[in-house]
Amino acid sequence: MSAEKNKAWRNDAHAKVTGRAKFTDDLKFARCLHAAPVYSDYVHAKIIRVVTEDAAKAPGVVKVLTACDVPGTNRFGQIIRDFRIFADDKIRYHGDVVAMVVGETRDLAIRAAALVRVEATPLHAVLDPEEALRPGAVLVHEQHGSNLVNTHRVRRGDIDDGFRQADFVIEENFRTQTIEHAYMEPEVAVSVPRPDGVIEVCGSMQHPFSTRRFVAACLGVPLSEVEVIGTPMGGGFGGKDDTAAIVCARTALAAKLLGRPVKMVYRRDWSIRESYKRHPYRVNYKMGVTKDGHITAVQCKILADGGAYCSVTPWVTWRSTVQCCGPYVVENVHCDTQGVYTNNIVAGAMRGFGSPQMNFVVEQMVEIAAKKVGLFSIEFRRRNMVRQGSVTITGQKLDTHKVAMDEVLDAVLKETGYEEKLAKCSHGKSATDELYGIGLAMSYRGVSLGAEGVDFCAAIINVQPDGSILLEVGVHENGQGAESAMSLLAAQELGVSLGRIRYRRASTSTVPDSGTTVASRGTIMGGGAVTLAARELKQKIAEAVCEKLQCAIADVRFANDRILGRTDGETISFDEAIRQMFQTQRFPHAFGVFRAPRVSWDEHTGQGDAYFTWVYGCQAVELTVNKKTGKVKLLHATAAHDVGRAVNREMVRGQFFGGMAMAAGYGLHEEINSKDGRITNLNLNTYRIPRAMDLPEMTALIVENPDPQSPTGAKALGEPTTEILAPAIANAIYHATGKREFALPIKLSAQPEELPEEECRL
Amino acid sequence: MRLHLNGRELEVAEAVGERRLVEFLRDELDLTGAKNACDIGACGACTILLDDEPMKICIKRVKDVAGHRILTIEGMAAPDGTLHPLQQAFVECGAIQCGFCTPGMVLVAHAFLLKNPRPTRDQIRKAINGNLCRCTGYHQIIDAIEEAAVHYLGATAAAARV
Repeated sequence: MSAEKNKAWRNDAHAKVTGRAKFTDDLKFARCLHAAPVYSDYVHAKIIRVVTEDAAKAPGVVKVLTACDVPGTNRFGQIIRDFRIFADDKIRYHGDVVAMVVGETRDLAIRAAALVRVEATPLHAVLDPEEALRPGAVLVHEQHGSNLVNTHRVRRGDIDDGFRQADFVIEENFRTQTIEHAYMEPEVAVSVPRPDGVIEVCGSMQHPFSTRRFVAACLGVPLSEVEVIGTPMGGGFGGKDDTAAIVCARTALAAKLLGRPVKMVYRRDWSIRESYKRHPYRVNYKMGVTKDGHITAVQCKILADGGAYCSVTPWVTWRSTVQCCGPYVVENVHCDTQGVYTNNIVAGAMRGFGSPQMNFVVEQMVEIAAKKVGLFSIEFRRRNMVRQGSVTITGQKLDTHKVAMDEVLDAVLKETGYEEKLAKCSHGKSATDELYGIGLAMSYRGVSLGAEGVDFCAAIINVQPDGSILLEVGVHENGQGAESAMSLLAAQELGVSLGRIRYRRASTSTVPDSGTTVASRGTIMGGGAVTLAARELKQKIAEAVCEKLQCAIADVRFANDRILGRTDGETISFDEAIRQMFQTQRFPHAFGVFRAPRVSWDEHTGQGDAYFTWVYGCQAVELTVNKKTGKVKLLHATAAHDVGRAVNREMVRGQFFGGMAMAAGYGLHEEINSKDGRITNLNLNTYRIPRAMDLPEMTALIVENPDPQSPTGAKALGEPTTEILAPAIANAIYHATGKREFALPIKLSAQPEELPEEECRL
Repeated sequence: MRLHLNGRELEVAEAVGERRLVEFLRDELDLTGAKNACDIGACGACTILLDDEPMKICIKRVKDVAGHRILTIEGMAAPDGTLHPLQQAFVECGAIQCGFCTPGMVLVAHAFLLKNPRPTRDQIRKAINGNLCRCTGYHQIIDAIEEAAVHYLGATAAAARV
């Protein structure tokens, strides 16, 4: 464990700190056209006609595109193909795009967009997920047959028997809100038709391969005729997977039809109006516990509002289902999860992916239960949490890696002096205006995609004749430092200096489709591929030089830019070895593939080895609540996460701090508000993400237990850091005020000194 | 109309005065370090310094800055490319992730350190409070500003600008 400071290394830091980094909107192309999306004011309506004539005649307008102009398929989706490039049959939410105006300038395109009219028959808007499931409810997608997107379940043990064994049964209802990713760079794309017929796409998205799929299908061309090129991206957080690819596809369509480059730069209000969000959840949770503090049963019902299109709702809610009991061993579990269509804003992937909602529930439930049975909440956790060899609620035995739940918990308790501070909490009473509280939460998390999908990744190492190295990997630079981590891992495995390595500008035409850079899978999957490629390269080099080094291939070692034979034998420089390879007709080129180990899932029973490895995290927060105003001030936050192995230490710390900051916003500030299905806070003045003064000082405790199944030992970090601070805040607020908060974001009013009886819940 | 931009003098036509400053810098001068992320002065990604004071230029016009000293992120490093000590600190402290807020953040910090080279962390928080970052939680940005402060001790505003 360590919190010491090292110097960070990033391949893109110099370009970014000097303003020279070229994000998509910074790229310029001759004769470039500019596009603007057209929305309607409907929330749910049957389209009769999209009237574009007036807009088409407006100054500077080159073309107005609608669904009729799509030569290939207009409908997309990674799971259900219900997303539209342009709304065709119906408008299903307020962010549906009915047309796109292409003009000589962006201003002219925006001006003309207001001239597009939509003739439509309004339909009843279904805005409540429970209403959406009632018999006879208005359907969002008629051809789907119901508003139920998907269900998941866990059936473990005997739920009735589990509750019979319990001395107490606690039941609570929780609600979480819709939140926005609020990446600093709104969606943007530019597509350029090349003389060879290929459409080149640069855009702010984190899934270049699905972008290519969407573009090719929309244009009706093969994948080989679309090249998506990696471009610096101003944040994603899961939010630039689906919708961002559609923005790219729209510009590609216009570029293909008009034979000119077409750029579309989203305004913030368009971005918030159209882009998918984190799912709001309603959770009913019932837990049975014995007097001695063992959880005997959990029954929970999860209702997720997926909004107007499917996006990845089935995958998000699957993770919620698998992790519905948090990091606790429960023998009897009955979980039913439903993802639902409504006419609200679409919900999809967001950093955390279904876990922040459930952890808000579970980490409060265990404290409520601990209080009920009269146990210290940490002791209650210890009696129930997963340990080495434990079997999870889906029947997976945790024995392939170090189960570090107690290690991260102990690290946080020690660092914060938790017990002493807990004794000082106000519990609703204090001499001053400030009520003090400390709170904690912990989680485990399945790494990468798990049984959601096929999970493998490629890397290519191509050493040039002068010994310099080109590296490319099928993971995407979202801003997190993926390219830097990949470069560091390559240099370490090859025993060469970092200065040799140049990360190639990524292209979907050169590296195989390795999936999307989400699910905290970049380092484990990409790093695995890099390491395996480097090992293959070393084998090739060893074969070429072992004769000169007078040793067996297996004895050849790589360190300090040199190739070494036996300890006292001859050595040659890396450059010399590469020269020899070219002279003897061998390419120092290697291709590495890391395939995720086997996972399994039975949809009927909700049992299986859901993820091939797990990470463990614990966070604590200290805060005060002002009795007169209800204002919460965060004083300090501390986190410990087992990352497997920290590849780029300062960037690892950056994930800790950024994740906690996002979770503080989730806990206290952020909420997408809407009225009759129309979002009302469409910019960053009214949608309030945490500012520097909203956040406390933070401590990052990096725990490293290298994973035997990961070629680098590294596991995952991006999402674990953002999934537990909100419940830690809720627990701290309880210790400060004596009151439980069951809804996010937590909004406190003035705290009366004497609590009304009904609010003294426990 | 004259612009004093990054130590250079620039003559621009009067008609340009009505243009949005962020677009003028980005589109006409290819100074794309200033980013446009909200259009209403809410996020700070477009920040420049005007006479050493931060200014959000998505809500300003070219004429608003005529005759004043303008510093954009492109003017922070030395002409030979050597990073300003503040930029160097951003790099070394891990203050950069996606980098979209970085130019504005560096400039706001620069203006602040010119006035206060012995800041507390709370003072730094206050100074950068108008600039949003979604990646870092600000922690390492504050580290970087704290670390760079020593380079501003005893420096006049002009001298601190390499």
